[in-house]
Amino acid sequence: MSEKLRPTSSPTHAAIRTPLAKVRGLGSAKEGTDHFWKQRLTGLANVPLTIFLVWLIARYAGTDHATVKAAIQQPLIAIPLLLLVLSGVYHMRIGMQVIIEDYVHSEGRKLLTLALNTFFAIAVALTCVFAVLKLSFGV
Amino acid sequence: MADAGTKKTTHARPLSPHIGIYRQQINMVMSIVHRITGAALYVGTLLLAWWLIAIAQGAPSLDLVNLVMGHVVGKVVLFGFTWALIHHMLGGLRHFIWDTGRGFDISSVNRLGWMTIIGSILITLAIWFVALHARGAI
Ligand code: HEM
Repeated sequence: MSEKLRPTSSPTHAAIRTPLAKVRGLGSAKEGTDHFWKQRLTGLANVPLTIFLVWLIARYAGTDHATVKAAIQQPLIAIPLLLLVLSGVYHMRIGMQVIIEDYVHSEGRKLLTLALNTFFAIAVALTCVFAVLKLSFGV
Repeated sequence: MADAGTKKTTHARPLSPHIGIYRQQINMVMSIVHRITGAALYVGTLLLAWWLIAIAQGAPSLDLVNLVMGHVVGKVVLFGFTWALIHHMLGGLRHFIWDTGRGFDISSVNRLGWMTIIGSILITLAIWFVALHARGAI
């Protein structure tokens, strides 16, 4: 970037950038850029895991119980499925938190929806993980 | 305002015109669609949980899932879920390109936007075609 275009160096332009020292540990959850980074990390993991999920559903949705049960019991299906659930749920929880923080402004209602968001994510994750493990260990 | 403990910034911040005066652009649409598909997938995880728990419960529970999802309404929902998943994935990949500092010029932004929407439709149709074909349904 040329000197003339750099927003912070020109006295005629208002500064766009906030110094890094002022954002560390800040943001509405006081965690700085942590959520931004984890949104990317889980999003990246979600790419191969989503392709796997699409294959699993396309292949096994609507098939009879014995077939789909035998499939999900295989470690090479159960493990990616568990990874998908963990990465997907973490990703969607912090993603939904951003949406809530953008649209819910009253402090009380924000706290409540953020709590419900966490409850939902944990409930979905635990249900899926429980089901896959129960099938895998066959108890 | 939550300025407890933090000094108020003294820089004059640049002001941006309100969203209402902009002409509708592909990028604005893609931005909100990424958010809407993210929220739809959020709700859609219930379908995955329902399927898995039904398999764990046994044949009668899975029969109910298959009955509901095998109905036209169920299939439309599943088709929408597929599209949302693919669109959001492509939108996410677009974000990753931006995260490297690339693709911010207007023509790239427009091109990436159109690639996301057209790509998501084509890939979704391809997935359904292959899946139905493999089952001998078409
Ligand atoms: C398939 C791979 C996926 C990729 C590559 C991906 C990528 C991303 C990225 C980069 C963001 C941040 C966008 C931003 O900063 O504005 C995001 C947001 C989000 N994602 Fe995903 N994601 C994926 C799958 C999913 C899934 C499976 C779900 C839900 C179960 C989900 C739910 C969300 C939500 C709720 C947001 C917040 C949207 C917003 O802030 O506007 N994502 N995703």
